[in-house]
Amino acid sequence: MSDMDDMDEGSGIVKKFMFLNRKAPHGTVYALEGLEVVLITAAFDQDVSMVFTDDGVYQLLKGIDTKGIEVKDFSKTYRALDGYDIEKLYVDQASMDARGLTEDDLIVDVTTLSVAEMANLMAEQDVVISF
Amino acid sequence: MQFGILVNEGPYSHQASDSAYLFARTAIEKGHKVPRVFFYHDGVYNSSRLATPPQDDRNVAARWSKLAADHGVDLVVCVAAAQRRGITDGVLGDNFRISGLGQLVEMGIQYDRLVTFGD
Repeated sequence: MSDMDDMDEGSGIVKKFMFLNRKAPHGTVYALEGLEVVLITAAFDQDVSMVFTDDGVYQLLKGIDTKGIEVKDFSKTYRALDGYDIEKLYVDQASMDARGLTEDDLIVDVTTLSVAEMANLMAEQDVVISF
Repeated sequence: MQFGILVNEGPYSHQASDSAYLFARTAIEKGHKVPRVFFYHDGVYNSSRLATPPQDDRNVAARWSKLAADHGVDLVVCVAAAQRRGITDGVLGDNFRISGLGQLVEMGIQYDRLVTFGD
């Protein structure tokens, strides 16, 4: 990870970082570039949570095939997240319902939260970054 | 209070960079610190010295440069996002520098607040 080379690590501070993923995986670059920030944050040994809401829930959909649109398929990265000790994955119940999705449609294990539960989780965070 | 600022959109098409600039300038005027601004996604385009907007409009890149010169704000452009978009050291405006995403994470760890400007 070349981004690690020029950094001043070792502060010893661990903060709660939440990454709020709101956009579909393709159509804009937010999901792909957002994932890069998540991985770097985990490399800094921070306490990382990922939330998928609105069209962001589509990022975790099974069976994504990007051949037709000729862009990189980064969907496998979500399955590799536990290798980076990123295990706190949450989806928004209302966003799933509105799109006719259930947890069985997703490529990773997630915790489904109500809006109120999501608000509580968000209130506990030190840093919330939204993509 | 120390504020870190993240700018996620390019100039002119979106208001994000303008809002971030006004926030940063005002925070400094009010006695707060803005040690660093990080440019990500299309936000990296805010760093180009090649932009020449009409005389009667604001120059987004130039006013970031001036804020940095006046108040020592560290203007950091993400290397990975910049390389995708053709932003290199050769086109950077004054007081911008290219570095890694670690600089963004550091803002979250070290400062009191991280404020995102984007869509």
